Amino acid sequence: MNSFFARKYVVSGIFVAIALTLIARLFYLQIIDDSYIHSANSNVMRKVIVYPARGVILDRKGKVLVQNEPVYDLMVTPREVKEIDTALFCKLIDIDKEGFIKRMDKARAHSPYRASIFEKQLSVRTWAQYQEYQYQFRGFYVQKRTIRSYPDSIAAQFLGYVSEVNDKDIERSNGFYRSGDYIGRSGVERSYEDLIRGKRGVNNLMVDALNRPKGIFMEGKYDTLAVAGEGLVSSLDKDLQILGESLMKNKLGSIVAIEPATGEILAYISSPSYNPNLMVGRQVGNNYMKLLNDDTKPLFNRPIQASYPPGSVFKVVSALTAQQAGVIDRNTVFFCPHGYSYGGGRGWMGCTHYHGSTTLQRSVAVSCNTYYGFTYAKMIDGRGLSGPKAYDLWRNATTQFGIGHKLGIDLPGEKPGLLPTSEFYTKRYGNDKWRSSFNISLSIGQGEMGITPLQMANIMAIVANKGFYYRPHLIKGIGAQKIAKKEFTEKISAGVDEKYYPVVIQGMSDAVNTPEGTAWSNRIPGIEMCGKTGTAQNPHGENHAVFFAFAPRENPKIAIAVFVENAGYGGTWAGPIASMMVEKYLKDTITTPKYIQDRIYKANFLPAPKKVIDPKSKDVKKADSIKSKTDTVKSKRQLAALVKPKETIVHHSEVKRRHE
Amino acid sequence: MNNQKNSFFGKIDWLTITLWLSLCLIGLFNIRAAVFNPEMPGFFTLGTNYGKQSLYLISAIILGISILIIDAKFFSSASPIFYGITAILLVIVLVVGRNVGGNQAWIDLGFFRLQPSEFAKLSTCLLLANFLSAQSNKAPTMQTLAMGAGIVLFPVFLVMLQPDTGSALAFFSLIFVFYREGYVNNELLIFGGLCILLFVLALLFNPWILILVLAAIIGFFMWSFRKKRKYIINLSILFAACTAFILCVDLVYDHVLQPHQRDRIDIILGKTEDLKGKGYNLNQSKIAIGSGQFWGKGYLQGTQTKYNFVPEQSTDFIFCTVGEEWGFVGSVTLIAIYLTLLLRIIHIAERQRSAFARIYAYGVASILFFHLFINIGMTIGIIPVIGIPLPFVSYGGSSLWSFTILLFIMLKFDSNRKGVV
Repeated sequence: MNSFFARKYVVSGIFVAIALTLIARLFYLQIIDDSYIHSANSNVMRKVIVYPARGVILDRKGKVLVQNEPVYDLMVTPREVKEIDTALFCKLIDIDKEGFIKRMDKARAHSPYRASIFEKQLSVRTWAQYQEYQYQFRGFYVQKRTIRSYPDSIAAQFLGYVSEVNDKDIERSNGFYRSGDYIGRSGVERSYEDLIRGKRGVNNLMVDALNRPKGIFMEGKYDTLAVAGEGLVSSLDKDLQILGESLMKNKLGSIVAIEPATGEILAYISSPSYNPNLMVGRQVGNNYMKLLNDDTKPLFNRPIQASYPPGSVFKVVSALTAQQAGVIDRNTVFFCPHGYSYGGGRGWMGCTHYHGSTTLQRSVAVSCNTYYGFTYAKMIDGRGLSGPKAYDLWRNATTQFGIGHKLGIDLPGEKPGLLPTSEFYTKRYGNDKWRSSFNISLSIGQGEMGITPLQMANIMAIVANKGFYYRPHLIKGIGAQKIAKKEFTEKISAGVDEKYYPVVIQGMSDAVNTPEGTAWSNRIPGIEMCGKTGTAQNPHGENHAVFFAFAPRENPKIAIAVFVENAGYGGTWAGPIASMMVEKYLKDTITTPKYIQDRIYKANFLPAPKKVIDPKSKDVKKADSIKSKTDTVKSKRQLAALVKPKETIVHHSEVKRRHE
Repeated sequence: MNNQKNSFFGKIDWLTITLWLSLCLIGLFNIRAAVFNPEMPGFFTLGTNYGKQSLYLISAIILGISILIIDAKFFSSASPIFYGITAILLVIVLVVGRNVGGNQAWIDLGFFRLQPSEFAKLSTCLLLANFLSAQSNKAPTMQTLAMGAGIVLFPVFLVMLQPDTGSALAFFSLIFVFYREGYVNNELLIFGGLCILLFVLALLFNPWILILVLAAIIGFFMWSFRKKRKYIINLSILFAACTAFILCVDLVYDHVLQPHQRDRIDIILGKTEDLKGKGYNLNQSKIAIGSGQFWGKGYLQGTQTKYNFVPEQSTDFIFCTVGEEWGFVGSVTLIAIYLTLLLRIIHIAERQRSAFARIYAYGVASILFFHLFINIGMTIGIIPVIGIPLPFVSYGGSSLWSFTILLFIMLKFDSNRKGVV
């Protein structure tokens, strides 16, 4: 004890104060600030994504159209890469040294500590080769995922393709997609993306400070399983599809076959097609550019995007809507003097033959233009209404057959076709005094009218069903579910009573099954097919060959539309294709004579490879014959048409504007 | 003899022994957690720090008992010899020492690595007690203070040559001893505190701005006391001293401190944030402790320590394991045990009849306090990273033994307090 005894309190006080300071700081760190627990978790936690398999797509009989194939993404964690034999490594995965350095730089820029993709989609073979040496390459590992594979390489436009998501997709998806995910880009892959993509799983691993895996985070409490995508059952008949694609080889055009009783699409051919396997794998970028730049537009989805003047098939629609409107009946007879005179004799719409007195049934069978000229005139001029009003009624009846609007098929990119409103003509003629003679070509499905092959097949389904259709669709079931979408079971009326159909159907049957009919050569022994040939006018060259039909007449099983561009006469080119398809589907055999089959298979209607046109020499050549200014302008436009590759490809959509 | 022995053990302060043992056991368990390898969860192997620390603890207990048996007089009279031996060891370590992490602090004895600076604290404490107690009947003089300071500063000088700043700073904690004995008065203690404050401020802010602010404050006081000439002169001197001090701080910071020390100070003051490089240790340490939250993650469940995110996790950063696995509850418990021990030591000191024992006990309290404050303060980011152990808890034989000897000599004196040392 001495005089400074009291100082023990000062010393104790300092000790207590400092201890409280430490505790206060701990209180802040451990209780108030909760950011540290997140930092600790993010230190230790590594998310490993488990990619789900996309849904498999089967045909109507359960055969595989699309399946999945394993591939291996080679991952790298740059910081862990040490002393590897670069030459051997490059050789194994088939890259050069510059490529190696480039990829490593990219990975390092992403993060030196975290794994990123070094090389995408090693094939099973490359992977197997690499795997033997894997132990030598520290810092690299392989992550398995699946890509699409198409065993028969068919139905490319129908199935569509998938590709890696881009920034826009990620943004649009509200965070569903992450970089590296795949998304359906076209076809069924796109329209059913939500169902077939499945759900990504996450495994949360724990790693130590050196990024070595050490176990499962929180015993897997936050892990999620990958859920495989739903399988789709397509309405397609694979064998029919294969036949159709081989028949359409080297031709431009489409085949659409529908089961009338359900609206299920049996065959969906867009030609030229491409091998869907080109759109997967490491070469997809190059392949895609090749397809995109191909003059024959293999990526163009003709059955729903190409629009043609309907021609003869429209006579079938006219025959039905006119009966329903009451302007004609089954006994109405018109006289065909090899054509139809209109506008007080100022206009003449030719007919193929001198048909004489023609009944409704015969008009269908022989495809008499004159008959429908008279019918259209009665529809527009003979109802005591102004031209535009009568036209609106006519148009309304026509659209109920699925013309001029989208049918709602389960594919992206469907086009509505073309059927102008009365305002269009009123505007064109400057007043509403116009009559049937102003657009008489509509009576025979020419002029300002465009129809897709799908719409044409659907019209056949309506006729086959005698008055109604189901929305044509390509997917009939999802997973175990029998119905893909409710709207596909909805019966849609075409607005013409059932009683008006038999006479038209008889006419179509006559067209195929009587010698006078336009499709006599396309008859099928043992099957009463009702059909018609058609020819879509093409101002750019040979007409497009068209054939549409349904069969058998009683209880029809298939409605079909065939388009072969630039082929000429429908009965010669489109007819045999339709016959073979129908017979194949109904009887699983083809009795069409061998020589006709050969002719079809060997035919090549692809446009000749484009010649490089030198505009200068063309100018010089033209200069001699050109005198007036207007002519010069015209020739320039023609020249532009020749030079522009686009014109020669989409000319069918041009057709509708050329008839006037 | 028998009777004497009973009374001998009866006089031992069992509370201190309980606190000491609980700290050692807490240390042992947390060292196990820190070096725990989930892939080899075997409980006991001598190859790990945990296994070694168990042996150190057993030997520390034997050491403690031996000290209690030895005559107390031995420690007071032999203190100059101890001091001499450790001084020689501190010189030897500079020659034959093993360099670990830039510090030449260890003498490798094959089975054991001896850290002389740990023992130097002990012997300095003893010699200081010896010296000051001899003067305790006289009033404190400047001469005594200077000689006492010399006893402390000589080993500081030797330790700084290693250079082991942390251990060197620990000696300065003995200022409490001087304070208690009256060599340092209250004003000086406050002045010392202010110096530290000014030092920190000088590092944080531009010195010229600081001087301007100071000038404004002192100017205000001068204006207030403008009638009293004496105050004006004093304030002028104070201002001049402060200005000089601030400028010195910068000089010290730029030219005396080593680059890594500058970095550590910058990090603690928030002047740099380099979480992947210089700031990595502290950041990971704070993450470990902060992520423990209230109840902690549970024994062996700390991911920060188990997966080696925290460096030096069984030695200097052992508190991270406590904070992460035992949370706020465990951290506060540990600090409470320490504080109880410190206050108990002061209590013991004050009940000593002999000045030697009192002075020595204050030395023990000061050294333990300093280590506690600096070590925990460093792991939670209020003190720059200084490599010193947490007494009894951190892994390390030298540290455990020297702190145990330090404490048990005090207990020996205490058990003998009725006698004359």
